[in-house]
Amino acid sequence: MSRAAIVVAAVACAACSGRMPVLDPGGPQAARIATYWWIVFWLSALILAAVVAFLLHTLAHRRVAAAPASLVEDTRVERRLALGVAAAVGLTALTLVVLLVTSVATGRALRSFGGTDPLTLEVTGYQWWWDVEYWDPVPSQRVRTANEIHIPVGRPVLVKTRSLDVIHSFWVPGLHGKKDNIPGHGSSLVLQADRAGTFIGRCAEFCGVQHAHMQLLVIADQPEVFDAWLQAQRRSAVVPTDAFARHGFDLFMTGPCALCHTVLGTPAGGRRGPDLTHLASRRTLAAGTLPNTVGHLAGWIIDPQAQKPGAQMPGNAFGADDLSALLAFLGGLS
Amino acid sequence: MSSTVGPTSTLAPGEAARETLDRAALERVWSTPPGFLGWLTSASHKSVALRYIVTAFGFFALGGVLAALMRLQLARPESRLIGPDLYNQIFTMHGSTMMFLFAVPVMEAFGIYLVPLMIGTRNVAFPRMNNFGYWIYLFGGLMLWTAFALDIGPDTGWFAYVPLSGPAYSPGKRVDIWAQLITFTEIAALVAAVELIVTTLKMRCPGMSLNRMPLFVWAMLVTAFMVIFAMPAIMVASTMLAMDRLVDTHFFNPAEGGDALLWQHLFWFFGHPEVYIIFIPATGFVSTIVSTFARRRIFGYPAMVLALIATGFLGFSLWVHHMFAVGLPQLGEAFFTAASMMIAIPSGIQVFCWLATLRGGRIVMRAPLLWALGFIALFVIGGLTGVMTAAVPLDLQLHDTYFVVAHFHYVLIGGALFPLLGAVLFWLPKMCGRMPDERLGRVSFWITFVGFNLTFFPMHLLGLGGMPRRVYTYARDAGLTTGNVVASAGAVVLTAGILVFLANVAWTLRRGAPAGDDPWGAETLEWATASPPPSYNFAYLPTVDGQAPLWSTQERPVVTGLRTDVREVLITDGVDATPDHRHRLDGASVWPFLTAVAATIGVVTALFTPWGVTIGSLLALVTLTGWFWPRGAPAHETVEQRP
Repeated sequence: MSRAAIVVAAVACAACSGRMPVLDPGGPQAARIATYWWIVFWLSALILAAVVAFLLHTLAHRRVAAAPASLVEDTRVERRLALGVAAAVGLTALTLVVLLVTSVATGRALRSFGGTDPLTLEVTGYQWWWDVEYWDPVPSQRVRTANEIHIPVGRPVLVKTRSLDVIHSFWVPGLHGKKDNIPGHGSSLVLQADRAGTFIGRCAEFCGVQHAHMQLLVIADQPEVFDAWLQAQRRSAVVPTDAFARHGFDLFMTGPCALCHTVLGTPAGGRRGPDLTHLASRRTLAAGTLPNTVGHLAGWIIDPQAQKPGAQMPGNAFGADDLSALLAFLGGLS
Repeated sequence: MSSTVGPTSTLAPGEAARETLDRAALERVWSTPPGFLGWLTSASHKSVALRYIVTAFGFFALGGVLAALMRLQLARPESRLIGPDLYNQIFTMHGSTMMFLFAVPVMEAFGIYLVPLMIGTRNVAFPRMNNFGYWIYLFGGLMLWTAFALDIGPDTGWFAYVPLSGPAYSPGKRVDIWAQLITFTEIAALVAAVELIVTTLKMRCPGMSLNRMPLFVWAMLVTAFMVIFAMPAIMVASTMLAMDRLVDTHFFNPAEGGDALLWQHLFWFFGHPEVYIIFIPATGFVSTIVSTFARRRIFGYPAMVLALIATGFLGFSLWVHHMFAVGLPQLGEAFFTAASMMIAIPSGIQVFCWLATLRGGRIVMRAPLLWALGFIALFVIGGLTGVMTAAVPLDLQLHDTYFVVAHFHYVLIGGALFPLLGAVLFWLPKMCGRMPDERLGRVSFWITFVGFNLTFFPMHLLGLGGMPRRVYTYARDAGLTTGNVVASAGAVVLTAGILVFLANVAWTLRRGAPAGDDPWGAETLEWATASPPPSYNFAYLPTVDGQAPLWSTQERPVVTGLRTDVREVLITDGVDATPDHRHRLDGASVWPFLTAVAATIGVVTALFTPWGVTIGSLLALVTLTGWFWPRGAPAHETVEQRP
C-alpha cells in the first residue's frame, strides 16, 4: 500500500518536478537545496520500502496456529531479533550522520555564496505588499519599486529583508529558501539566477487577512537588459502634457491617491502604499493579485476590497470620466 | 502490617461470601451519587475520564467540520465560498481545537481511565482535583467555541505570532480569547499531569516495581512530566501577550524595546514538546496492542522505556527547528539540526522493537492491530519527512508550506489518531462491557487509511510546488489545482472512514456482544476485573510478579486488609512498589465544580478588565475554603497510618 504510494510519489515527482519550483532550481542556491532533497528523498524512500516490506513479509508469513500468549521466549529467536534491531538502529544512526554532515555542508555552501560585488537590494514586507529598494552608494541613483524585482542573470543578489509591521517571509522557491522579515531584526540572503525567466515569490509567514495575496515576481534578465531596465527606473515621472492625462494627474495629486503613494518627480510622496513611479512597467497589480491591465487597474481603484478583501487601500468613488483620466495618467507611468 | 500480602487469590469457600459482602460495602463507599448532582460532583476516575473522552471527541468532530470547510474552500482555485477573515478564524480554530481541546485532553483522559486500572488501584491520587480539571477544560472549550459562534474567534493561527497577535495588528477580543483558552488548557493539563505522576509513582500495586510497569503507564508518566516542564513556557508567553494587550506592557513590541522573537522561543519551547505529549501516549497504545495481538511480551522492554525517556528529554532540545527561517548562527543550525535528527533514533528503536515483537510473536489479526499496523507505516513516512525538515537548508524551502502540513498530519493523524482509534476499539469492551464489530472495525480502517493518504500525500507535492500554509485561496494558474482537488476528494473519503468508525462505536454501545473480563487475552491488570469495572476497580487490590501479570501461570495473591467502609487505597514505594501505608481518598464533592466556575468567571472577566484576576481570585478563595474545610473525620483518626 504505502510502497505503492511511494512509487506513485516518485513518478509524480519525476513527472511534475518541472512545475515544482523547489525541484526546478533557477540558480545555484536553490540547486544546492534540490540536490540535498534528492539525497534525502531516495534514502527515505529506501527506508520506507524496507520497513513496509519487512512488515508485509512478517504478516504474510505469520504463524497461524492460535496459541495462548506465552511468556516463554525462544532464546535463539530472541537473539536473532536483538541482532536485527541493533543493526537497524545502527543503520539509522549512520544514515542520520550522513544526512547531518551533508546538511551542514550544504548550509555552509549556501552561507558562503556571495562574491565580492553583489547587487544589493532591501526588501521590506508590508501588509500585504513588498517594497523594494535597489541600493547604490549615490542616493540619487537608488531605485524604489514594489512587488517586482528585476535581477541580472549570473550575478549574486544580496537581499536584505526587513519588516516594519508584522512578520513576513521572503520566499522565491525557484531561487532560494525563505527568510523571515521580522520587525526589529534585519536579515539577509544571497540568491542568483542562472537563467533568464520569471520566478514567483511570495510571503511564506502568515501575516494577516491577505497573506494569500502577497506575491512578488523576480524577473531575471540578461545583464544588458537589466541595466537598461535599472536606468529606466531611475527616471522620474514627467507631468503629462496631454490635457486628458493632465486631468488624471491633478486628480491623483489632489485626491486621496497622493496621501499613500509616491510618484517620483511629482508632489505625490506618500509612503503608505507601493511606489507608483513606474507602475505601467509592472506585470501585476496589488502584489500579484491581478494582471496589470487597464480594466483590472480600473476595478482595483474603484473597489480594491472586492478583489482583496481587507487590503489597506480604500475604495474610490471616481466618475467614469475622472477614472479614465486617472487611468490615462497611470498608463503613462512606464 | 495493615495490608496482608498472602497467597489468597483463590478464596476459601467461606471467604466467597465475605467477598460478596466486601463488594457490597465497597460499592456503597465508591459509587458516584446518582443523577445530575452526581454528574457535577463525581470523584471517580472512570466517570470523569469517560466524560473527558466523549467531550474530546465532540471537539474532534467540531475540528473535523472546520477541516472539511477548509478543504471545501480549497477544492477550487480562487474560490469565493469562504472569505479570508472567516478562513483565518477557521484554521486558527481547527489548530487550537485539535491540539488543545482534542489531542492532549483525549490522551490524558485515556491515562486517567487506564492508569489506575493498569497499576491495580482504586482511583487516581486526587479525585476531586481530577473533576476540577475536567470542568476547567470544558469551560475553556465552551468559551472558545462560543466566541467563534459570535464571530470573535481567534484568527492569528494556533501559534499566534506577535506582532500580528499584538494590540496594534489584532484589535478586538479575538486574540484575548485565544490567550485565555491557553490559560484554561494549561490548568487542565497540569492538573491531569500531576494526577498521573502521583498516581503512577505512589499507588502501584505491590510487586509492580518500575521495571514491571506496563509501557502505556510509562508513556503516560513521561508525557505527564513533559506537560509539567513544557506548560510554564506557554503560560509565561500567553500571560505576557495578554498583558501587552490588556495593560499595555511591551514585552513583544520592538518599537519599545520588546522582542518579537521572544514569543517564538517561548511558544515553541512548549509547542514542540506538545507534539510528543500527543505522540508518546500513542506509542503506549501501540505497544499494548502489538504485544496483545502478537501474543508475546513487547520485544526490548528496557530499550522501549529508555526510548520513551530519551524522547521526553530530546523533545525539549529542538524547538528552534520551527524557526530556521528566522536565521541562525552556523553553530546553532548544526546543533538544532543534529538534535532534531537525533530524536529519530529513539523513535526508530520503538518502531524496530514493534516490528521485532510482531516477527517473534504469533500474530492474531484483529481490527485494533490493523490500526496499529497502519500507524507504523504512516508514522515512518511522517518521521522521514520530519528528518527532511530537520535539515536547515531543506527546511528553508519546506518551512511554512503544505509539505509541513502533510508532514505533521502524518505524525499527528498517522502517529496519534490511528493508535487512538485502535485504542478505542481495544478498550471499548472494557469501558462498556460490549465487543465492537470486527468487520466494521476493519472496513473503517481501510476507508480511513485510503482517505488519509489521498488527502495528505498530495500536500507534500503542493508544498514542493510552492503553496504556502494558511492561504485562503490560490491562483488558477499556480499549478496547484490538481493537488488540492485530490486532497479535497480524499477528505470526503477520510470523513466517511471516521463516520463508519463512529457508527461502529455507537452500535457497540447498544448492541455489542457481551465482552467478558478479558476478551482479547491481554496481559495487563485492567483485564483482571469486570467489564465495565466496578466503581472500586478491584474487590481486592492485585499484586504482580512480572511485566505481564495476566499471562503469568503463577498464582497472583491479592491485597487484603484495606478498609471497605471508607475510600481507602494502598500507597506504595515509588520504585519497588512495596506497601508503605494506607491512605484515605476524598469522595464526591461539589466544590471542585464551583471552583472551576469561579476560575472561569475570573478568566473570562479578565478578557475585559484586569480586575477579572481579582474577582476570580476572591471567588476562588471562597470555593477553595469550602473545598478544603475540615469536616467529617476527627483529627485523631489519622488518615495515614504506617503499616
